[in-house]
Amino acid sequence: MTEPREPPHRRRSHTTAHDIERYAGLFAERTQGMRSSAMRDLMAITARPEVISLAGGLPDTSTFPPASFAAQMTKIAQESAAEALQYGPTEGFEETKDCILEVMGAEGILPDHEDIIVTTGGQQAIDLITKTLVDPGDPVICEAPTYPGAVPVFSSYQADVIQIECDEDGMRVDELEKVLDRLADEGRRPKFIYSVPTFQNPAGVTLSVERRRRLVELARSREVLVAEDNPYGLLRYEGEPLPPLYQLEGGDYVIYLGTLSKILSPGIRLGWAVAPPPVMEKVVLGKQAADLCTSTLTQYFVREYFAEGRWREYVDSLVGHYRSRRDAMLDALARHFPPQAEWTHPAGGLFVWATLPDYIDTADLLAKALRENVAFVPGQAAYVDGRGGSSMRLNFSASTEEEIDEGIRRIGQVIWEQVQLYETLTGELPAEALAEERGTRNEERDQPGGDVVPLRKRGTGGR
Amino acid sequence: MKVAVLQGGRSLERGVSLRSGARVEDALNRLGHEPLPLDVGGDLVERLIAERPDAAFIALHGPGGEDGTVQELLEILDIPYTGPGVAACVRCMDKTLAKHELREAGIPTPDWFAFNATAFRELGAADALEQIEARLGFPLVVKPASGGSALGVKLVSDRDEVPQALIAGFSYDDRVLLERYVRGRELAVSVLGSDALPIVEAIPRESDLYDFEARYEIGRTGFVCPADLDGETATAVTEAALRAFSTLGCTGFSRVDLMLGEDGPEVLEVNAIPGLTDTSLLPQAAEAAGLEFEQLVARVLELALERSSAAALK
Repeated sequence: MTEPREPPHRRRSHTTAHDIERYAGLFAERTQGMRSSAMRDLMAITARPEVISLAGGLPDTSTFPPASFAAQMTKIAQESAAEALQYGPTEGFEETKDCILEVMGAEGILPDHEDIIVTTGGQQAIDLITKTLVDPGDPVICEAPTYPGAVPVFSSYQADVIQIECDEDGMRVDELEKVLDRLADEGRRPKFIYSVPTFQNPAGVTLSVERRRRLVELARSREVLVAEDNPYGLLRYEGEPLPPLYQLEGGDYVIYLGTLSKILSPGIRLGWAVAPPPVMEKVVLGKQAADLCTSTLTQYFVREYFAEGRWREYVDSLVGHYRSRRDAMLDALARHFPPQAEWTHPAGGLFVWATLPDYIDTADLLAKALRENVAFVPGQAAYVDGRGGSSMRLNFSASTEEEIDEGIRRIGQVIWEQVQLYETLTGELPAEALAEERGTRNEERDQPGGDVVPLRKRGTGGR
Repeated sequence: MKVAVLQGGRSLERGVSLRSGARVEDALNRLGHEPLPLDVGGDLVERLIAERPDAAFIALHGPGGEDGTVQELLEILDIPYTGPGVAACVRCMDKTLAKHELREAGIPTPDWFAFNATAFRELGAADALEQIEARLGFPLVVKPASGGSALGVKLVSDRDEVPQALIAGFSYDDRVLLERYVRGRELAVSVLGSDALPIVEAIPRESDLYDFEARYEIGRTGFVCPADLDGETATAVTEAALRAFSTLGCTGFSRVDLMLGEDGPEVLEVNAIPGLTDTSLLPQAAEAAGLEFEQLVARVLELALERSSAAALK
């Protein structure tokens, strides 16, 4: 028997029924929009080592040279310990902005120093923009599907999120125009359009140049801001780079959101926003209230890292890895998924978006997949309105090619089982017959002038 | 006393289990015991042998922890454990088995039909769906035979939705139940030792079914404890719960879920190891009975030790 001990500063272990009601009464109205989800609970299992997780959005940090990391941190400790441990300016250090300009310059954009704020990851940039612009009930427009991490931000500010369907060329800007018209008729003004135009998370699609032009025209003529979130622009595996919206528009109606998470490290939490001065002024005040400044230590590390002059080399090495992994995933999908499934062919970024027959709910399917020790993100996380239930996001950056193949094989297996069971239950055409039938229909559909079919893509060679 | 707190594991309710486990550890600390948190995995037996705990508090939910597997291992290692024994766990985990036992004992439980996927694949069970739907009527409930927390449970309002609901159910288990939907009030009776705790009523604020998300989110579901029932009804509910508890051979503690419809209480299932999170029903019921969480944990542990010494005397 051990001595009774009272660990200091521990919350009392019993939360009573009475307490629950008491707290519920204290919660702000906006917390109603903050939802935990069954999915998040299921995700608790993906942390186990035997699970092949295609669910994360993690970049591969294993190839970052530890020696170089050590040298940079040692230099900081020896030469600028006091400064690196101190608070910094809310907007971020000028030297950090120089590094940011190098990254943006690589994509053909060169904004002014004053228009940039350094943030704690790109996520904070989304939060600050929304905090600055959105009152409860204000419309915010985004893609369908949209970045799952943006949904809770919009919800926490009680935005009325309107999603615009995507196809292989990104957001349907014609649909956007209709929505803008409708809102204008209703006398409502959307505060901003949130878009990940390049290698979108989660769909993996890229907004075409024509649509980019049309989108910025709309932003200008309707006086609506566009928040261009561009975490993956430099991770291109094929084709020519497309101009960022910020470059096309000039920065009057486009707010640019960037991050080093996918090209250096998500752990350092370094992102940024570029916005017109009046917006920036409020964003800076918002940042001050949120966390005063972005980690000084992180900014010192970034400065040292960029001073080495090899950041581009590292990005290129990542591009090489990720391209092989993407190819491995597309190859595995073509071999292991049934013909009823469709998926996108991303030219860059970290994700493939797959869509199954509508009778399969991917949140339930995840439970079955987890029994086979494999995980993905169910599509409904990328929608605010319950759509996306038959889709899934698959990440290829965080697993080896062997893991990807095995993971896709296992997911394919559970889908096959569900498809066959459904056929048994309904007496529908067996899978093979359906594949043939669909083959002919696809040919018809691919004729020029045909309807745009949302995110339709079979991964059949051709890359 | 050194008490292993078995939690986590690889069931779909891992997250819930970790929360239950953390609360139990906390309470054990406050009671002056030495909690030993064990995330259940491949090294479980090895660690139990190395650590030789005086007892095991099982805060696992779902297959693996609640189905008798872990209990069997603890029997072999001769470590006293909380909650029901192996046989009761096996019966509670399989809703089909539990419902058969309840019905044989004359305890009301909604009509149901259960199938495994093989019945559909190889025996043409799909052809019987029409009769089943006619017998149960709509809406009906489709749910996996095992599992808790309403994962994979679908309320189906017409026949076109049945195949899809079955597919969802089969994602969680190889066997799925179609069950008559009882319109009425959702009640839970927790049993501690041989006593029923006050009845909890769950009042969902949004969806039709008391679903997984509502269960674990503060503010999503309203709870009333003790439930506002007349004396006669309350007695009938408590009686049904106690009979279900003993019919399935439960000991220690468990939670009986019932629906109170027009025809009186009907037992849906018995949870061998109910959740112990902040929003779980058992702790709320204990609280209403004047038992704080520490006292509840102390009592559950005491019951485990009593059962083990009784077994040793046999």
